[in-house]
Amino acid sequence: MNALLDYEIEPERYEFFESLAALETTRRDFFRIVGGGVIVALLLGDEAAAQRPGRGGGPPEIGGWIHIGEDSAVTAYTGKVEIGQNIRTSLAQVVAEELRVPVKAVRMVMADTALVPPDAGTFGSQTTPQMASQLRRAAAAAREVLIDLAAEKAKVERTSLKVTDGKVSGPDGKLFAFGELTKGQKLMKLIGATAPTTKPDDWTVTGTSVPKVDGRAFVTGGHQYASDIRRPGMLFGKVLRPPAFKATLTNVDPKAAEALPGVKVVREGDFVGVVAPTAHEATAAAEVIRADWRGEKQISDKELFQHLKDRAGKGGGGFGGGGRGGGGAQGSIPDGLKAADKTVQATYTVAYIAHVPLEPRAAVAEWTDGKLTVWTGTQRPFGVRSDLANALGVAADKVHVIVPDMGSGYGGKHQSEAATEAARLAKAAGKPVKVVWTREEEFTWAYFRPAGVIEVNAGVSKDGLLTAWEFHNYNSGASSIRMPYAVANVRTEFHPSETPLRQGSYRALAATANTFARESVMDELAHAVGTEPLAFRLKNLKDARLRAVLEAAAKKFGWGQAPAAGRGYGIAAGTEKGSFVASCAEVAVEGEKVRVVRVVTAFECGAILNPDHLMNQIEGSVIQGLGGALFERIEFADGKILNPALSSYRVPRFRDAPALETVLVNRKDLPSAGAGETPIIAVAPAVGNALFQATGTRLRGLPLVPDGFKKA
Amino acid sequence: MPRITELTVDGTKRPVDADGERSLLSVLRDDLGLTGCKYGCGEGECGACTVLLDGRRVRSCITKVESAAGKPVRTVEGLATGDKLHPVQEAFLEAGAMQCGYCIPGMVMSAVGFLESKAECTRDEIVRGMNGNICRCGTYTRIVAAVEKAAQAMKGGAK
Repeated sequence: MNALLDYEIEPERYEFFESLAALETTRRDFFRIVGGGVIVALLLGDEAAAQRPGRGGGPPEIGGWIHIGEDSAVTAYTGKVEIGQNIRTSLAQVVAEELRVPVKAVRMVMADTALVPPDAGTFGSQTTPQMASQLRRAAAAAREVLIDLAAEKAKVERTSLKVTDGKVSGPDGKLFAFGELTKGQKLMKLIGATAPTTKPDDWTVTGTSVPKVDGRAFVTGGHQYASDIRRPGMLFGKVLRPPAFKATLTNVDPKAAEALPGVKVVREGDFVGVVAPTAHEATAAAEVIRADWRGEKQISDKELFQHLKDRAGKGGGGFGGGGRGGGGAQGSIPDGLKAADKTVQATYTVAYIAHVPLEPRAAVAEWTDGKLTVWTGTQRPFGVRSDLANALGVAADKVHVIVPDMGSGYGGKHQSEAATEAARLAKAAGKPVKVVWTREEEFTWAYFRPAGVIEVNAGVSKDGLLTAWEFHNYNSGASSIRMPYAVANVRTEFHPSETPLRQGSYRALAATANTFARESVMDELAHAVGTEPLAFRLKNLKDARLRAVLEAAAKKFGWGQAPAAGRGYGIAAGTEKGSFVASCAEVAVEGEKVRVVRVVTAFECGAILNPDHLMNQIEGSVIQGLGGALFERIEFADGKILNPALSSYRVPRFRDAPALETVLVNRKDLPSAGAGETPIIAVAPAVGNALFQATGTRLRGLPLVPDGFKKA
Repeated sequence: MPRITELTVDGTKRPVDADGERSLLSVLRDDLGLTGCKYGCGEGECGACTVLLDGRRVRSCITKVESAAGKPVRTVEGLATGDKLHPVQEAFLEAGAMQCGYCIPGMVMSAVGFLESKAECTRDEIVRGMNGNICRCGTYTRIVAAVEKAAQAMKGGAK
């Protein structure tokens, strides 16, 4: 059979390939991976291509793809990473739906750079809007290919055939297992953005609460995280860390370490590490290396906020705040303030906080014939592959990164430090090496959610309408800085600054900081003109989706009642990444003791893929959000983290968990948006507003009560 | 330095050759390949490394392996009987009580140890009893529900 005739490709898509020969190479690459059968791959349009890390390795124009093997097996390939958001399940649901097979019949191959299409990374709530839709289209097209093959085989009209329960059936009751149709085939179909899919109203698999597909492996301890990988002859690595940030190595004496049995010291410039047969011996060896460092004076958390203001515009601000510029301006702030009956001028702050994924950074690296394989926990497998290629001086196609489903990340695992360290040590040792960061290393040498200062200058008329809104965020970021309430005179601006600590992405980026400041000031304005806070918001709101979640949360909470003495109710709302959230909180204050009693959250992210997993994400976001709202903060001075341990950096525990109630607003008429981030953003202001009602004190810094409640 | 040459793990005597100062966690994971117990903090604060030693819950990251010599160690790997999961494992699955799952083996062992010492328990007692284990994904309310469910199942003799 002429291979070229196997292709079906939309004519306008053909231009993506320079020639039919390139297309044939692509096809061969795919079948080298899977053997025979049918492949349907999605050709990326411009929008989806923006999620790509650029060209390098693999056929660059292909998005998610589906393979149906000669044994009927259905496999979907994606560069996305399972971090606990349960996309291994939701993506399998989408594929199962379109191919009319049980969910358990779909195997997901994820985040293995030798097998999956290049991908920029798993962040920004993009898996659901981008990857679920790509795989859905590919799976739907694969179903049509199977029908074509069956029609040809049975010599019947394709319209007389249908696909149910993993088989194609004809009018005479004849059934074809997928494998009977794909046997002996090497057929590849490329499809475009417009491939038709099942409408949400007709979903029977997506939209249902399918349990975590491999849940059993987690409760039995069978699942192997990157830190669990063991290789024959593997050694353990440990890296020598400076005593403080910005310290430079002036002298190192490794003799005492080298004298230990089985220990090898590796030094390349400022990088000093050891390998040893056990982690215990590697740690002991690193401890006896004598090193001299030259330090430099650095600011402490006491001077942080002044520093961020003073240095505004002077630094790059690091990465991870989200967005540039920020929201824009219209009207005139002076005019708006002149028209106001009451004004509020306030400064809000947020501290640096740590992600604390329970699995710290970890990697196992192994070199074979000049090729490098690394198992590691990262949200950016292809980014780590490039970093490894650059750091180790090898071509990217000689580097293979495998990301086992991870012990979470929350935006905190975008970098490649542990992978690079393991690869360097493995190269020097000539054996596989595992590096697992300690909790202290994780707290010190990873990166933090950016701290920030937010200044707000707002005006309101006595009838409760906003007249002016000026909002400046220093350092923390621009996400959700745009004003969602209607106001004629508005100016919102993000000012990058110089960060004394390493900072980066954190679940929802700066949307948490900006929503905290905005929704707290909205509360201040409501009280300033004596309007009830929910009514005040609704009065100034034109966005119907934000209104819907506010009303849904308020209804479930029973908003409008007066709290008992020592208790307070607070409400807040926000939107980010195409989804909408409102939270209501009840707090109890007894002396200095603060307890969040109850949190009700209403959330809308378009058409829901898996209601139970969505609930789980919302509940988890609320708990994690409570940590940053109430007590989490990084303390630092002179280049050192002062609380780099779980005994000194408090994260939420069982006792901190309030009663949680969640309202899912399902909008089947709207495209599905991601949901792992946005549910966190309204927690802190809801709690802050509740504390104000309970105590009469307005707390304007996150965390709100790190040392308990203090009267202003 | 004392060398430890044998551990009794999940009912089986296992030969090891480990410096007695090493952590029980490291020997279970690195020498015996029992990677269900996890490193989370190294200071006994998070509970990801929880195993049962002589029937009691211990933080294996701060337990020297020499203190485990001659005593029965139970790990998450030994909990199921063939294909049949322990009621606590079943309950976690039914409650959908996990996200990334990294804390779950420690949570499961902690719940088993807790319920074996206290068959009758209230919700508040479960919260207090499990408070030493951290789930950073924040699935606490689901885990409490799972432990309540498991308590019922274990009382019913389904152990």
